[in-house]
Amino acid sequence: MSPSGAPIVVIGGGVTGLSAAWWLARAGHRVLVLEKGVVGFEASGRNGGGASHYHSPLFHEEQRLWPQMDDLLGYPTEWRQERVIFALTPEHLAYYRYMASVGRELGYGAEDIDARQVRELVPLAGDTVLGGVHLHYGGHANPQRTVQAYAWALQDLGGEIRQHTSVNRLISRGGRIVAVETSAGEIGLDHLVVAAGPHSQRLLATAGLFLPLGMARAEMIVTEPAPLMPVGGADGHGLYGRQTLRGNLAFGGGPHEWLDMDADGPVSRPTSPPTSPLTRNLARRVAELLPKAAHLRVIRSWAGIVENTPDGRPVIDRPADPGNLTVATLSSVGFGLSPASGRAISQLVLDGHCDFADLGRLKLDRFAGLAPDWREQRGWTAAPAEVAA
Amino acid sequence: MVRDPIALDGRIPRPGDHAQVLVVGAGPAGTAAAIEAARLGARVVLIDENPLSPGLMGLDAPLWFGGRMTSAVQQPARMLELMVAGNPAIAEAFEAGVDVRLGVTCWGLYAPGPGLAALPCRMVGLSDDQRSWMCGFDHLILATGQRDVAVAFPGWDQQGVMGALALHSLLNRYEAFAGRRLVILGSGDLALQTGLMALERGLELVALVERLDQVQGDPALAAQLTSAGVAIHLGQGDFAVQGGLDGVERLTLQDGTQLACDTVCMALGGAPAIELLDAASGATRNSPGGRIPVLDGLKTSISRVLMAGDCTGLTLDAEESGRAAARLAVLGEVTVAALPSETPLLAYQSAWLEPVREDVVLCQCETVTLGELLDVRAPAYLGPSTEQSKARSLATLLQDGPPNQDQIKRLTRACMGVCQARRCREQVSLVMARAAGLGPTEGPHAGHRAPVRPLPLSLLADWEEGAVMARDWDVWFGIEGAWTPHHWIGTDRAGTQPPSHPPVESDA
Repeated sequence: MSPSGAPIVVIGGGVTGLSAAWWLARAGHRVLVLEKGVVGFEASGRNGGGASHYHSPLFHEEQRLWPQMDDLLGYPTEWRQERVIFALTPEHLAYYRYMASVGRELGYGAEDIDARQVRELVPLAGDTVLGGVHLHYGGHANPQRTVQAYAWALQDLGGEIRQHTSVNRLISRGGRIVAVETSAGEIGLDHLVVAAGPHSQRLLATAGLFLPLGMARAEMIVTEPAPLMPVGGADGHGLYGRQTLRGNLAFGGGPHEWLDMDADGPVSRPTSPPTSPLTRNLARRVAELLPKAAHLRVIRSWAGIVENTPDGRPVIDRPADPGNLTVATLSSVGFGLSPASGRAISQLVLDGHCDFADLGRLKLDRFAGLAPDWREQRGWTAAPAEVAA
Repeated sequence: MVRDPIALDGRIPRPGDHAQVLVVGAGPAGTAAAIEAARLGARVVLIDENPLSPGLMGLDAPLWFGGRMTSAVQQPARMLELMVAGNPAIAEAFEAGVDVRLGVTCWGLYAPGPGLAALPCRMVGLSDDQRSWMCGFDHLILATGQRDVAVAFPGWDQQGVMGALALHSLLNRYEAFAGRRLVILGSGDLALQTGLMALERGLELVALVERLDQVQGDPALAAQLTSAGVAIHLGQGDFAVQGGLDGVERLTLQDGTQLACDTVCMALGGAPAIELLDAASGATRNSPGGRIPVLDGLKTSISRVLMAGDCTGLTLDAEESGRAAARLAVLGEVTVAALPSETPLLAYQSAWLEPVREDVVLCQCETVTLGELLDVRAPAYLGPSTEQSKARSLATLLQDGPPNQDQIKRLTRACMGVCQARRCREQVSLVMARAAGLGPTEGPHAGHRAPVRPLPLSLLADWEEGAVMARDWDVWFGIEGAWTPHHWIGTDRAGTQPPSHPPVESDA
């Protein structure tokens, strides 16, 4: 690689781009990450921190890598293995037991547990528990710490991160991407990785590529700390989340809001999207999930803006044309998969293929022929404004 | 028009509670605004979070009470009576036809707009000590006043160290101050006035302690204090507070002189209470006097949200600004042109922080010392620092970009606690500004998040949510087939629906 001495450029200092850059730097390559703001400040640092994606071709690698990440990165990610998911309704119980059965089918330990066993592992649960599952795989990490850990570990390997540097367009010549035009001038490159979350669609369009994405806001709430439970990775009742090692309960779930895009990205207020009164519906469900914590005070809410592909599955692909471009969107579940997705991306960049997972169903060309108004057809657009300014 | 059947739009109901003009805060600006708006014929709701719940007071919300409340605060009826008796404007508002609601907290502001289009109308989140609910409004006037600002010193985490605004509230509003012997930190007008008030209320005012070499406030006020025999100790960079089981017992000056006291009251100026506006992404900016709203007249950057009184950070008469906000809301008249206060409070607070040693805790809730902040140290529960972690610091982080307080929050947990950073937001910003070689008014800002009061899950919860919210609730996006196990795709199991797949209905 890099016969010209130009770097591999990664657009996007989120969890996917930083992991890819870190794996590339580990392999000895010169990497430059361009980030429009601060690393991990969008959805990569604003999510539930879960890492149990049984539906993904990267699942096995996700499970293999997470227990090693603190040592590999050299910084704490707050990773904790295992997870308890429990239900207050028969419908949820059936669904969680189906999830555990898929885990077992994939060769991982998972048990169906009864209400008493749930309460032993999750003492803040109450008499309303019907039962649940205990997964000995999966788990959670702290998204904010993990993103910074990737960034620091990348720098420790000589990789460069330029924050507050936005990319306007890709510059092609002779069938290759040769440079990117940024807010700080043009930057030449040898290979380009686009992992810019909601911005990827706009950026790829400047090189004639179509990556269909819908953008939406998802919200979470956080309480004051509670005494640590035997298993902090405890959720269910239509919520995702965890008890952090500090003791705070952090949970999300429920309706999302689709957002429109303009030239600068999703139409939202900058950096820190406001939450909605959904805070109260989340508070209700957390109080129902963990009734012995119902007295705990909610001290924050926050939101992240995530992108989804039309089929809700990632794109991790190095299209034939141009030959030096790799595209990655994890379609709203990027955090937990990041150790594996970054490694897969690094292999696409360096070898043209991934040797540990079948990425054949994550290609960009599956969306060829999609109607241009596909978002409108599904209603993945911003709600019509009801209120005059 | 096709809509995603499980998206947020349509699921947040239009609140049953609605105000044409909603005023938050029954101080001089808020009561004046409410009375004026009512006289102009508007239907007005005026809320005030006082009398506060003792639970919030114990968490130093909204003011820094420092645990110096008597048990009188456990009697809401008595507190309410005293509060109304002490503020005749509340009765006047009642008589003017204002719907006055006391003991009601506003914890969130939600304005529809780009990025939040699913809201059916402008609304705020309210709560009392029983429940929470949403209230729609046509016009909102925030008259939320100021809150206490803290700076750290050795012993500042003792019970009995408190803010001047909290002291005023306990003495004047509730007659519920538990201290007797008082030392005041600061010598600006707020400190001097607080000292005179303490004398008038029969408290023992031991001394004033000033970090700088000169009295900062009105010399005439200072003279009143000194003629009453109160010492003002100047140039005190290195003082400390010691205490025991009941909190503060004495303050030791830098020459070793011990001042016996049970309360140390910090009076270095207040901070405009901008949290509702800021949490709703309304524009704010730094000024010499602190973080203030960006205003056009009294209009915030959020449509139909106005501010009046001390929360504006402007030099204006509180009542006059309240009346002007009311006329602006009801009649559309713009009558106010005022400039932000130029009092350099941030520089003054920064001077107090300068001598603080690295072992002093800056964030009490999360026990983060100044040294840990400067080292960007991960919390102790994550185990011993790695060699790589030890090589990282605020200085290395600043090589990557300008100081960012939200980033430091995430890494050190400073400002992440249950007091919602009311006690450390300003001082962490000032420390970061100094580390970055920036002036006190160029420091970063840690954003506020709703709910802006720490409220219990069970109280904040919407126990009466619509059936449609429960029916269509999905843990994530509910995209058909997105969670089908990868190894099933292309096999005859690809179409297997998981049990109890959430209903997907089309309203097309």
